Amino acid sequence: MSKRKFGLGLSLVLAAGTILGACGTKEEGTTSKGSEGSSEAKDFSLAMVTDVGGVDDKSFNQLAWEGIEAFGKENGLAKGDGGYDYLQSASDADYITNLNSLVRRDFDVVYGIGFLMEKPIGTIADQQPDAQLAIVDGIVDKPNVASVMFKEQEGSFLAGVAAALMSESKQIGFVGGMEIPVIERFEAGFLEGVKAVDPSIKVDVQYTGKFDDAALGKTTANRMYSSGVDIIFHAAGGTGNGVFAEAKERKTKDANANVWVIGVDSDQYEEGAVGDTNITLTSMQKRVDIAVQTIAKEAMAGNFPGGKTVTYGLAEKGVQLADSRGAIPQDVLDQIEEYSKKIAAGEITVPETVE
Amino acid sequence: MSNRLVNILVPVISVILGLLVGAIVMLVSGYDPVKGYTALWNGIFGDSYAIGETIRQITPYLLSGLAVAFAFRTGLFNIGVEGQLLVGWFAAAYVGVAFDLPMYIHLPFAIIAAAVAGGLWALVPGLLKAKLQVHEVIVTIMMNYIALHTTNVLIRAMSDGGENTGTIKETASLKSVFFESITDYSRLHYGIFIALAMVLVMWFILEKTTIGFELKAVGFNKNASEYAGMNVNKNIILSMVISGAFAGLAGAMEALGTFQYASVKGGFTGIGFDGIAVALLGANTPLGVVFGATLFGALKYGALNMPNAADIPVEIVSIVIAIIIFFVACGYVIRYFLEKKNKKKEAK
Repeated sequence: MSKRKFGLGLSLVLAAGTILGACGTKEEGTTSKGSEGSSEAKDFSLAMVTDVGGVDDKSFNQLAWEGIEAFGKENGLAKGDGGYDYLQSASDADYITNLNSLVRRDFDVVYGIGFLMEKPIGTIADQQPDAQLAIVDGIVDKPNVASVMFKEQEGSFLAGVAAALMSESKQIGFVGGMEIPVIERFEAGFLEGVKAVDPSIKVDVQYTGKFDDAALGKTTANRMYSSGVDIIFHAAGGTGNGVFAEAKERKTKDANANVWVIGVDSDQYEEGAVGDTNITLTSMQKRVDIAVQTIAKEAMAGNFPGGKTVTYGLAEKGVQLADSRGAIPQDVLDQIEEYSKKIAAGEITVPETVE
Repeated sequence: MSNRLVNILVPVISVILGLLVGAIVMLVSGYDPVKGYTALWNGIFGDSYAIGETIRQITPYLLSGLAVAFAFRTGLFNIGVEGQLLVGWFAAAYVGVAFDLPMYIHLPFAIIAAAVAGGLWALVPGLLKAKLQVHEVIVTIMMNYIALHTTNVLIRAMSDGGENTGTIKETASLKSVFFESITDYSRLHYGIFIALAMVLVMWFILEKTTIGFELKAVGFNKNASEYAGMNVNKNIILSMVISGAFAGLAGAMEALGTFQYASVKGGFTGIGFDGIAVALLGANTPLGVVFGATLFGALKYGALNMPNAADIPVEIVSIVIAIIIFFVACGYVIRYFLEKKNKKKEAK
């Protein structure tokens, strides 16, 4: 009996210890945080919220974060409060919470990365009229929100031209993420570019419905390559990593396999390395990093472009094809360049939606 | 050791163990566990906003937990709560957007539409189980995918190819200006009252009605129930439909409360699947579900603050949260050891 009581006593002490321990350290935690904040007080800070793709999606979110990081380093900021930071969202219920957390931590500009963040940004903009917010890939018409849009269709048009000129089997694939307007602009531009070169080429268009499922991207790519497709353009974020995986696997098995991937958002050359060769034909770069930095610079100078929508196209160098590192021969590059000039000059208008 | 003491000790020990192992994980991966748990605590209770959002997160968990628990009591494993939730979500959003009615009709109409949609979605596996003995686990899992993609198509059709139904009308909203004002604009909404009312409803059906008695009897022993003159098939279908209605209501919470719209989804919300854990944590009793949902909702929401305030990456955070839930869930192991120790002592 006495032993039992001792056992109970012990566990109570244990329990009390943890609870009290938590109390004591809580104060410590907050005070140390406070001093950190004051010692690192800079005149400008920025932060971003990723969508469900995460900050290491090797694509859209990552590029935005790299832009913010570069900006931070350039201006001598440190990661964390008063400098630059990011929060990842696990589900779409988290967008508002994460945006709110960052606004509360007094970041001067808070970015929502991705179309899916449009409504949450709008909500927070109303609730926190003093916050400066920015949305990439969406338009939020509020005085304290800067909106950034890209003409993905223009860059994708060039990707389509490149694919059509380079394809040997005359079969090309397109792997999309969710069927949202942004991705449809990729698709529309790509199809238009292929058509401009050779209307007889068949483009196999597949939407996976997800941005974060590499396994699904791999099976989709497997099906396409097996059916004779030799070049796949993906606009599917993390799902697209599976497209790369499948192409690399085929190249590893058979060094003569004619498989190519056109990357998206960032220059995905690194993704396609197989030994000494590379299966990345080129990448349709969407310079989210530049867009993010431009807004930061303007905000730091006191001209935050709130209420405005900035659109980046070929003419603004917001979209472009990445260096192919020899994968595309010069005569093809010349033809691409020709189309590029025509689009930038407005001679060719690329449609935003598939007709 | 008395039974009562064991009952108190078990959850306390399991939470402490979970926190300790979680702390070890953080230590090993090079993060400060004290800072981490402080962030978790502040993420749940830190200020009125956090408390409001925590309760907001608990609301759908309550209902999805009830849905799973209810089917369980009749011996049915409803894995389809996720799908039933999605159709409920869409139904509520559709009614919320498409109709123009005064609030006292519109809001109940939207809520009931969600419950009916969820119930109908669960009717299919119920019917298949009762009439053709098709196992409900398989059917409900598959129905989840059908629900996900069907609602996506419907949302697209409704918005002319867009990805969002648009915001529901004020008259169908559960939004609470009062809650917003006291919780600094958190998304806490009146749905929490509906969820708590449903806890009572489940308790009432199971404990105070003949139907509930029959449902439980079928859960204990199908053959005995049939022998006793109960209509087993009817009870199976009924149980699935009620379970689906709870799940549909969870969807209504999201449509009319948290989000105020339905949007095209790339994957499942996870609320329905977490409902399984919530129900099991709560031993499939209404009151148990309240505790399970509170634990789950609080941890899920509070965890968001760990990368924010303590700089711990989300991956580590998910591991820590999973460990805590794991230890709480395996409370019976601790109970087993306590009782074994007890017996030894008594033998002496």
